[in-house]
Amino acid sequence: MKNKTSVLPGEGEAQPSRCPDNSAFKQQRLPAWKPQLTIASVLSTFFLTGAFCLTVGVCLVLAANSVREIQIDYSDKCSDCSRFRENSSNWNKECHCSVNFTLKEAILGDVFMYYGLQNFFQNHRRYVKSRSDAQLLGRNVKIQRSYCAPFSTYRNGTPMVPCGAIANSMFNDTIDLFYSRNSSVIQVPLLKTGNSWWTDKNVKFRNPESYNLSSAFAGTARPPYWQKPVYLLDEEDERNNGFVNDDFIIWMRVSAFATFRNLYRRVRRVRDFAEGLPAGNYTFRISYNFPVAKFKGRKHVILSTVVWSGGSNPFLGIAYLVSGTAATLMGFVITGIHLKLRKKKTYFQKQ
Amino acid sequence: MSQSAAGGEGAPQVLPEGKERQRKRRRRKKKESKTRLVRSSLLLPEVEPDKSKRTVLACNRLKTTKYTALSFLPKNLFEQFHRLANVYFVFIALLNFVPAVNAFQPELALAPVLFILAVTAIKDLWEDYSRYRSDKEINHMECLVYSRNEKKYISRYWKEVRVGDFVQLRCNEIIPADILLLSSSDPDGLCHIETANLDGETNLKQRQVVRRFLELDSEFDPLKFTSVIECEKPNNDLSRFRGYIIHKSGKKDGLFKENLLLRGCTIRNTEEVAGIVIYAGHETKALLNNNGPRYKRSKLERQMNADVLWCVLILLIMCLFSAIGHGLWVWQYGEKKKPIFDVPGPDGKYLSPVLASVYLFLTVIIVFQVLIPISLYVSIEIVKICQVYFIHQDKDLYDEETDSQLQCRALNITEDLGQVQFIFSDKTGTLTENKMVFRRCTVSGIEYSHDDNAKRLAMYQEPDSEEEEAAPKGGTLSQRDSICSHQSIKVIHRSQSTKTHRRTGSRAEAKRASILSKHTAFSSPMEKDITPDPRLLEKVNECAKHLEVMRSHEQPLTHLSPELCDVFDFFIALTICNTVVVTAPNQPRQKVRDRFELKSPVKTIEDFIRRFTPSRLTSGSNSSSSSSLATSKSMHRFGLSTLSSTSTDSTLLKLEEKLAYSAQMNNNGYSSQQGKMAVGGAPEEGELRYEAESPDEAALVYAARAYNCSLVGRLSDQVSVELPHLGTLSFEVLHTLGFDSVRKRMSVVVRHPLTDEINVYTKGADSVVMDLLLPCSSDDPRGKHQKKIRSKTQNYLNLYAVDGLRTLCIAKRVLSKEEYGCWLKTHLEAESSIENREELLFQSALRIEKNLHLLGATGIEDRLQDGVPETIARLRKAGLQIWVLTGDKQETAVNIAYACKLLDHDEEIITLNAESPETCAVLLEQCLQCVESKFSNTIDGATGSMTVGFTPLYPPSSSVLSSLGLVIDGRTLAYALEPALEDKFLALAKRCRSVLCCRSTPLQKSMVVKLVRDKLKAMTLAIGDGANDVSMIQVADVGVGISGQEGMQAVMASDFAIPRFRHLEKLLLVHGHWCYSRLANMVLYFFYKNAMFVALLFWYQFYCGFSGSSMIDQWYLIFFNLFFSSLPQLITGVLDKDVPAEVLIAVPQLYKSGQNMEEYQPHMFWMNMIDAMYQSLVCFFIPYFTYYDSEVDIFSWGTPIITIALFTIILHLAIETKTWTFLHWSSCIFSIVLFFFVALVYNASCPVCHPPSNPYWTMERLMGDPMFYFTCIISPVVALLPRFLYRTLQGTLFPTQLQLGRQLSKLSPETRTQLLTELNVKETICQTRLFADSFSPSLGSNASDCYKANNQSTPLPTSPQTRESLFREHAKAEHKTNQTVAASPPGAVLYEENKLPSSASSMERSMGLHEIRCGTSEVESLPVGTTFPWSSAVDQADFSLLKWITSTPLFSHIGTVLQVSSSSLQNETQDSMCVLGSSLHVDFKGLKEESSNNFQDKMKGTPTDHCKNDNSETTFL
Repeated sequence: MKNKTSVLPGEGEAQPSRCPDNSAFKQQRLPAWKPQLTIASVLSTFFLTGAFCLTVGVCLVLAANSVREIQIDYSDKCSDCSRFRENSSNWNKECHCSVNFTLKEAILGDVFMYYGLQNFFQNHRRYVKSRSDAQLLGRNVKIQRSYCAPFSTYRNGTPMVPCGAIANSMFNDTIDLFYSRNSSVIQVPLLKTGNSWWTDKNVKFRNPESYNLSSAFAGTARPPYWQKPVYLLDEEDERNNGFVNDDFIIWMRVSAFATFRNLYRRVRRVRDFAEGLPAGNYTFRISYNFPVAKFKGRKHVILSTVVWSGGSNPFLGIAYLVSGTAATLMGFVITGIHLKLRKKKTYFQKQ
Repeated sequence: MSQSAAGGEGAPQVLPEGKERQRKRRRRKKKESKTRLVRSSLLLPEVEPDKSKRTVLACNRLKTTKYTALSFLPKNLFEQFHRLANVYFVFIALLNFVPAVNAFQPELALAPVLFILAVTAIKDLWEDYSRYRSDKEINHMECLVYSRNEKKYISRYWKEVRVGDFVQLRCNEIIPADILLLSSSDPDGLCHIETANLDGETNLKQRQVVRRFLELDSEFDPLKFTSVIECEKPNNDLSRFRGYIIHKSGKKDGLFKENLLLRGCTIRNTEEVAGIVIYAGHETKALLNNNGPRYKRSKLERQMNADVLWCVLILLIMCLFSAIGHGLWVWQYGEKKKPIFDVPGPDGKYLSPVLASVYLFLTVIIVFQVLIPISLYVSIEIVKICQVYFIHQDKDLYDEETDSQLQCRALNITEDLGQVQFIFSDKTGTLTENKMVFRRCTVSGIEYSHDDNAKRLAMYQEPDSEEEEAAPKGGTLSQRDSICSHQSIKVIHRSQSTKTHRRTGSRAEAKRASILSKHTAFSSPMEKDITPDPRLLEKVNECAKHLEVMRSHEQPLTHLSPELCDVFDFFIALTICNTVVVTAPNQPRQKVRDRFELKSPVKTIEDFIRRFTPSRLTSGSNSSSSSSLATSKSMHRFGLSTLSSTSTDSTLLKLEEKLAYSAQMNNNGYSSQQGKMAVGGAPEEGELRYEAESPDEAALVYAARAYNCSLVGRLSDQVSVELPHLGTLSFEVLHTLGFDSVRKRMSVVVRHPLTDEINVYTKGADSVVMDLLLPCSSDDPRGKHQKKIRSKTQNYLNLYAVDGLRTLCIAKRVLSKEEYGCWLKTHLEAESSIENREELLFQSALRIEKNLHLLGATGIEDRLQDGVPETIARLRKAGLQIWVLTGDKQETAVNIAYACKLLDHDEEIITLNAESPETCAVLLEQCLQCVESKFSNTIDGATGSMTVGFTPLYPPSSSVLSSLGLVIDGRTLAYALEPALEDKFLALAKRCRSVLCCRSTPLQKSMVVKLVRDKLKAMTLAIGDGANDVSMIQVADVGVGISGQEGMQAVMASDFAIPRFRHLEKLLLVHGHWCYSRLANMVLYFFYKNAMFVALLFWYQFYCGFSGSSMIDQWYLIFFNLFFSSLPQLITGVLDKDVPAEVLIAVPQLYKSGQNMEEYQPHMFWMNMIDAMYQSLVCFFIPYFTYYDSEVDIFSWGTPIITIALFTIILHLAIETKTWTFLHWSSCIFSIVLFFFVALVYNASCPVCHPPSNPYWTMERLMGDPMFYFTCIISPVVALLPRFLYRTLQGTLFPTQLQLGRQLSKLSPETRTQLLTELNVKETICQTRLFADSFSPSLGSNASDCYKANNQSTPLPTSPQTRESLFREHAKAEHKTNQTVAASPPGAVLYEENKLPSSASSMERSMGLHEIRCGTSEVESLPVGTTFPWSSAVDQADFSLLKWITSTPLFSHIGTVLQVSSSSLQNETQDSMCVLGSSLHVDFKGLKEESSNNFQDKMKGTPTDHCKNDNSETTFL
């Protein structure tokens, strides 16, 4: 190759040569790793991947199997109430129903209670955005310009608080759990709070500043489907009332799918339930307010424990196992191919 | 008159835009006026009202920019919106502002579009600015324009020159506009211009002052110019200009193209000229020849756009599907049972299913818009800019001689470089350096090989030409056939040599010198400093001495030996048989004029008589030169009339006696002249500079000067030659019969000052001159001798031609005075005739140019640029078809084509020269039929060979088969390009391996390119250096200009400008390939990436009621393409190297992958789409099932998905990336880190600021969840497993050429070279075998007899141990033996062949026998004692000859068969072969080269055999 320094002795000094730098970058000669995807070089990858996936898969499956879960569909069992709710004129009347079930074995550890909905498209585009975060932050309760329409104000101009379709359609069944032991019925102590994300409860949702909640929400009205205004969501607990109500916060976190569950309560581990839920007969007493028959929805109530890998869904573990197996098998197959081919060398061929 | 001119010319300055032109055309149609009137601008006040219009019309400003400061924004935006994609993106962004359908925050959605528009705008602005700067540079060049106020010429900028202005130009200035020549400092009113900038021809062209102004006795004064010029409208025909000038007196004078100085040309040899501007600015012929720039869109981009349309279709289908789905979803709930989650519109009313689906259709278009990759275009632009940067920076594309590097002027077609199929090359200045160098000559049958000269040239050239020169010299060889047979071999050998390194020092020196002497053409030291051959120099000196002695003793010249006489005449001919003008360097603008009286050439008989009689003395001391012109003209008529009236005999009688006088007169005059010369102080010869019409002439004059025979002065009637010992001789030039392409020769008729004979010196193409020689009887010894000389000369001429030298024959004829007088009479008649003067002059020339005496021949090298043959060979191997389109004459072009290995000597050449369209059609038809039939034969033969011989790896392509060259001249080309014939022409040209178009005009060049481009749908590349190539460069898909040599016009028009032709190799094979493969991979990846990403959203629609919601936050959605996933692909697009540069250069075949579009085939798009579909399914459903029926919220679920998508996309790229530098690593890592960083910051920044999405703290929470990681690990693995597996299996089982090339790069250099040689050998075998098989074999029955004869004469003792050393001794011993050794073995060969059941053709036989006869005859004459080396000699040499015969294309089949058997011999032959080779005589040069060539072959032989076996194995896999 040419030598840069040998450019015209006289002129080269006077005016710098335009010869490009001989740097690795500019000459595209950067040191590089040039992997070749051939069987020999990737064999180990297959086996390593296989081994890793199998290991993880086994762990995940074991973890998922250790989860105890009870899921009860109460939309059929409370068909009376369901029909009762079909009629929208009954909106402010109460309807109760009970659902019994028996635990053959005790559920040990933390027990979480969920309500589950099927066919409820919380992820509908217009539904998802029908909310006002500014309002929920308590900054501007009577917000006008937002994505809440048509659930932002009433015809007379009274703003809805909280506004938007999500808030309006809030799940409002009340579920209580009773434990029948020796013919005595004990209400299972349930925790209402601490179920939502800490950041939601403390950052995203705030009640407006005021000396009391009702005055903070003065001049506003409850959403049309609600039975009570927002400042009466939890009259017992000041820190669980208004926008910072856990049930409300959880509902506002719209689910990804049309079939979903939301954490409703946790079993408080005291007295009989210190170890979890003991075996025996239980009853859910449900105040049936949320109509689902209209959209062919179903409602569940779920009791479940939780492990490090989440819930009882074994899918991920199985996926790991399957792909681990597949990778290992492929590894064997290509090893076979490799061994068969090893003797024959491929030369560079002319075209 | 002037009004009509102004009105008719109403069109303002011509902008390159077509519209402007159209408008102009329309207006032109309206106005009937078809001419333009030009009058002096100094008279303007009289036509004041038109002034404003006139100034607009006449502006000489050059403007090629597209924008002005004001118009930039609207115009650029307008242009950007021509790109459909931009319209689409803006449309979508605007759609976001409609509340009913909006998917994202409108402002946010607008951001990417604005970003992309801005980037493109900045790029356009930069490009336009560079155009502006170059325009400005040209516009601000200065020239002298006559100013009315100051009454003199003052300096003005070019842009201020107007039509009607008077412009004065000095020597070596560039002409600023098209100017009518009105005055010249030359007394004959001549002016020379160099039109290199216009048509690439560096020879000087003569221009003439308008006749009437020539006759002005006073100096030309612009103020007195009152005439009006009426001429054609501006047009682009360079070779035509018509008009007339109307003088105030009402007289009209015609104007021709000889009167017009064209813009862009350079004034040469004339001190000062002046003229009036006729056309200015964009109306000049030079600029009208520049077709406006064509918007170039690369092939890849076109293909990509087609796939973008597919994407649009897919998008529409997806949207339609979603819309219908949504309609059904809404419909299923019915009117009454609206679910609680179906939010009514803002007015509280629910949408009907139909309306909902219509709205949704628009919404999902927004959501899915990413499928049409918005960042694709901007990424491609960025990648291309970076690619251009790297091409710029390549040191290998830098030429230190001119200190210039490659320039990329078009930023958007880099990848086209990797797909070129046809190269159209200019010849002069592109392939050659356009420097003619005297190389060697032969005088009276003796070859002077000029070894030192060759060595000197080799200093400039690659050293491998030295080895050729090292061959023994000066021998005699009478067998012309054998030379011919060697020629082809040598050609092959030379093309195989690959030594290309140069001695840079001498180059640099040459450069400096050429800068110093830049203002004269053809005067680089390389051309000037010819090293004389010592033997010839000795002879010249001897000759000169003799002459001196003779002169001093008043002896007649005939005492000189004929050989010396020839030598003397040879150099005289070289010196004077030309039109070279001598200039002194310190005043280069002035011709050197001797102080003798000026004499005009013989114009009339009277003149002749006058000058050949002592009447000069009587008519006065000297007849004045200035008057002679006028008088001779006036006497013209008179002389003619007297001639016709008086009888011829009497005139001749008079002539004779007068000539006798003049002889005495001249003898006396001789010494006096010499004395005068000395007194006048003849300029030192070293300082003289020669300016010639063609470089060849200059080369010859310089050559003669090297032998001290230097031209010191040329007047119109006299040439002064300075000779050693003799001093200056003055030759009276009686006639100069100029060169024309039909005669292919030129002659001067001079009176020899020494002998006082009338001599005709003729110089011309060997083909014609050899036929004009005096027929010599073979009876007398002299005639025999002459015959011998002729055959020898012819042999050398053939040799020269093989070497690619331009050959010229030099001959002379001595005329007796009677003959001359006789001829003169008719000649003068011809000269004076008005009708068909040309024809008569031609006839007249034919009459005198006959019965010539051959003096010798010269070989001139039109030096090819460095590495041109190698480059062409490699480019050919890369599957490129190379056409040469040149304005040069056919012979020159063919010669150069041979020299640069464009044509091969074993190639059949079709020459198309037709006089009329009809003949052209017939010719084409015939050729086509002939070729077709040949083809079918060849193919049959080839297939036949496949079954018999080795199985070819690939079916032979037509390019391998065709060994045809097509040569077509300009006129025929014009016919062939007509619509009726163009298909046939193309069909023929396609079949040819190389096409050579000579004498083609710039427009024809572009038409050819256009034809190929449009009809064959091929990717074309045009390369040229002159303005004559501009239109071709612009028409071609890729235009390449050679910078540095001639004007900048080609460079300005080109897409790429390279300093040298050889740089094309790396530009195409390496950078082109890289650019193509990088971009192709990137584009495919883009499609994949976006499809995969959008499909994720699409799958989600099934789970959200087709409501158009996305689980991925809008920020991620909008900026995913732009920020998160763009960097790695950009880095890969810029830096990935699929095959390293060395391998790409070493294996040019890899280039074919680009031509065949292997990297980006239509099905690949769909494969990628399917893969994208699969991957997105995996990436969607693994998280879906993992989180199914859980409490996950929409963004907590969407964020893992986009994370997974990002991982998958990057890992996908990682699989596709072939080279990992730290930049690749860091870009990938950076992308991921950036994503997490942005996600974390964004998710933590504010809980409310981005309605409607609200991903507050999502990422933070996810990162604390092990499930997130598990999902993110498994999904990419599952998604990429199939592709990974496919790539692995494909790379192992069915590797592509490129993959193999990549493997090659991993090998050690030694193994690599070994493999490569195998490859090359295989290739030659493949090629030659095909020829071999097309040949019908017949047995060489005579061969064995010959061998016997040989055997008898030379007994063969066997002494294996000693024979090698013995042979070596013997080889050194003597020439003769060597010849025998080399020549005799064919018998053995043939014998061997007979043993084998192979075949020998009749042709082979004749050749072989020829050799044998020669060999045997000499063997017989050998002393018996010298038999000892025979065994070895036969062994060695039979081998070599066997090789030699078999390796000629015709017999290579046999060669391949024999190769196996002969390889055993190989080891023994090695050493001795070298000795044999080096000591061979020059006559056997070809043979020797071949033997060494074969030796190389043999070296390769063994591995070939191995790999053949291997290959047969692998191909059957």
